[in-house]
Amino acid sequence: MQNKVLMKGNEAIAEAAIIAGCRHYFGYPITPQTEVAAYMAKKMPKIGGTFLQAESEIAAINMVYGVASAGLRVMTSSSSPGISLKSEGLSYLAGADLPAFVVNVQRGGPGLGGIQPSQSDYFQATKGGGHGDYRMIVLAPASVEEMASLTVKGFELADKYRMTSMILADGTMGQMMEPVDLENLKVSKAPEKPWATTGTKMQRKHNIINSLYLKPEELEKGNIERYERYKIVEENEAMYEEYLMDDAEICVVAFGIAARVSKNAINEARSRGIKVGLIRPITLWPFPKAPFDKAKEHIKTFISTELSMGQMIEDVKLATDCKANYVLCNRVGGMIPSPEEVLEQIIKQNGGNK
Amino acid sequence: MVVFDRPHSLIDVPLHYCPGCTHGIVHRLVAETIDELGIEGKTIGIAPVGCSVMAYDYFNCDMIEAAHGRAPAVATGVKRANPENIVFTYQGDGDLASIGMAETVHAAARNENITVIFINNAIYGMTGGQMAPTSLPGQVTQTSPYGRDTKACGFPIKVCEMLKELDGAEYIERVAVNNVKNVKNAKKAIKKAFENQINNKGFSLIEVISSCPTNWGLTPQNALKWIDEKMIPYYPLGVYKDRSKDKE
Ligand SMILES: Cc1ncc(C[n+]2csc(CCOP(=O)(O)OP(=O)(O)O)c2C)c(N)n1
Ligand code: SF4
Ligand SMILES: [Mg+2]
Repeated sequence: MQNKVLMKGNEAIAEAAIIAGCRHYFGYPITPQTEVAAYMAKKMPKIGGTFLQAESEIAAINMVYGVASAGLRVMTSSSSPGISLKSEGLSYLAGADLPAFVVNVQRGGPGLGGIQPSQSDYFQATKGGGHGDYRMIVLAPASVEEMASLTVKGFELADKYRMTSMILADGTMGQMMEPVDLENLKVSKAPEKPWATTGTKMQRKHNIINSLYLKPEELEKGNIERYERYKIVEENEAMYEEYLMDDAEICVVAFGIAARVSKNAINEARSRGIKVGLIRPITLWPFPKAPFDKAKEHIKTFISTELSMGQMIEDVKLATDCKANYVLCNRVGGMIPSPEEVLEQIIKQNGGNK
Repeated sequence: MVVFDRPHSLIDVPLHYCPGCTHGIVHRLVAETIDELGIEGKTIGIAPVGCSVMAYDYFNCDMIEAAHGRAPAVATGVKRANPENIVFTYQGDGDLASIGMAETVHAAARNENITVIFINNAIYGMTGGQMAPTSLPGQVTQTSPYGRDTKACGFPIKVCEMLKELDGAEYIERVAVNNVKNVKNAKKAIKKAFENQINNKGFSLIEVISSCPTNWGLTPQNALKWIDEKMIPYYPLGVYKDRSKDKE
């Protein structure tokens, strides 16, 4: 049975978070993610939850740190400049092994940049942003439906691995309206959190949430253990979509809005007999290895379509041992490549044969 | 007969504070309060970044270590998650009045139902004695080697005087711990700040004028004297705001 409702991507995230059991939201206004906060401001008071407009993104992420310490599902959302401010908190969340869910509806940068869609926070999300050795699980939805389903998934993965998971969307995904089926979203029960600081009730030793280890041996041990956990994530949680890859000679790699544009271009190219396919990473970290292991056997050229100056393309090269040809097809600053621009690039890589 | 015993909520480990440092006294006052109110099992303490960073190893209740200055925001999250918990932050002057000023002011403005213990020792103790937002005019520190020049680096921030203007804050008091009488008063104030939270009154902040003999370059004895002679005249002790009194 279909129970689809028409929703904006940002609202789908908010509603899916509530369905996932999130009752605490902290944020600071910024375009283009305002609908998430507006939705939470309306809904949370009605269901006994907390919506709090914090004094800054720094405060918001530290409020998230507080609720996560108490062992409850919690989130914040922002856009690029705000995520830079949250980065301190993201590092502390990682250092204290706290589960949290963060949304970045990206806009163009650097600096104040613009308010139009972008994917130029790819490095920040997948390689760090905050200080120290740490990872976040980074999810890249390409439809309103996925904005919802990956939100639920994000909360589950955060709890499972005691990590931050981040939705890396963009302004288009946030504003786009599409039908979405929320009633059939499946949510697994949150695991027990015996480490949470909820009070000893005089029945156990005190719990400590902390990221300070002054003895280097201890700090090293913590880092190594954390990376063993990250390895399990890499082995088990990579997600991707392959499209027309079986006989492809050219492979477009794209996520989010760039993947949707690319699919249109690929369909047109196929109708002209060009053997081109798509790999769409759904998790940007862990970056999916399996489809590239297969692809590198038969793909001559990878076209990385991105709304950045070429960030993901580095991971595409690494995943394919730098042995193919690599081409960047990009627009930045809030511009989005058109299907025609992507098609032109595909044709060019096909030796100019239309 | 036991006349002087360690409070249950203070763990029996040696504290790392320098001889003559009053951080230890304030820890004890907080722990005694937690014991007397019977709230150890539901109390969550938030440690700052500063000399008291390791407070999480000293208090027997559940503890959280916050990023520098962010304790009031972390406390807000903890309290909103479980309002039945008693949540306190313990913060130095650099933590609370410099890098964390926004978090402090806004937690007060929201009348967040938490208890803040603010250790004003007019110095950045942990990093080796740099100028703090509360360092006195003319005070020599590592980063004001010719004395704090108010023309170049402004005036000390009087936190209680500032916060008392906020409609949100419930209770604001400044105390000291440099003699027996002041310690007794400090204990009363701290207890009141926790009781306010138990009674859902909202934001209470106790500023404790504290010593740092190490970075003041004074003996423990002279440090306590310096509090009387220099600190208290600039930072007068007393209740700055008590909303329960306002209403009367
Ligand atoms: C973001 C950040 N900046 C700077 C520091 C370095 N730091 C550690 S403690 C401290 C000052 C603490 O002074 P105060 O809050 O007055 O506490 P005290 O040591 O005097 O008790 C600073 C600047 C840090 N840990 N994090
Ligand atoms: S440096 Fe100062 S504040 Fe820190 S423990 Fe020593 S005396 Fe106390
Ligand atoms: Mg200090």
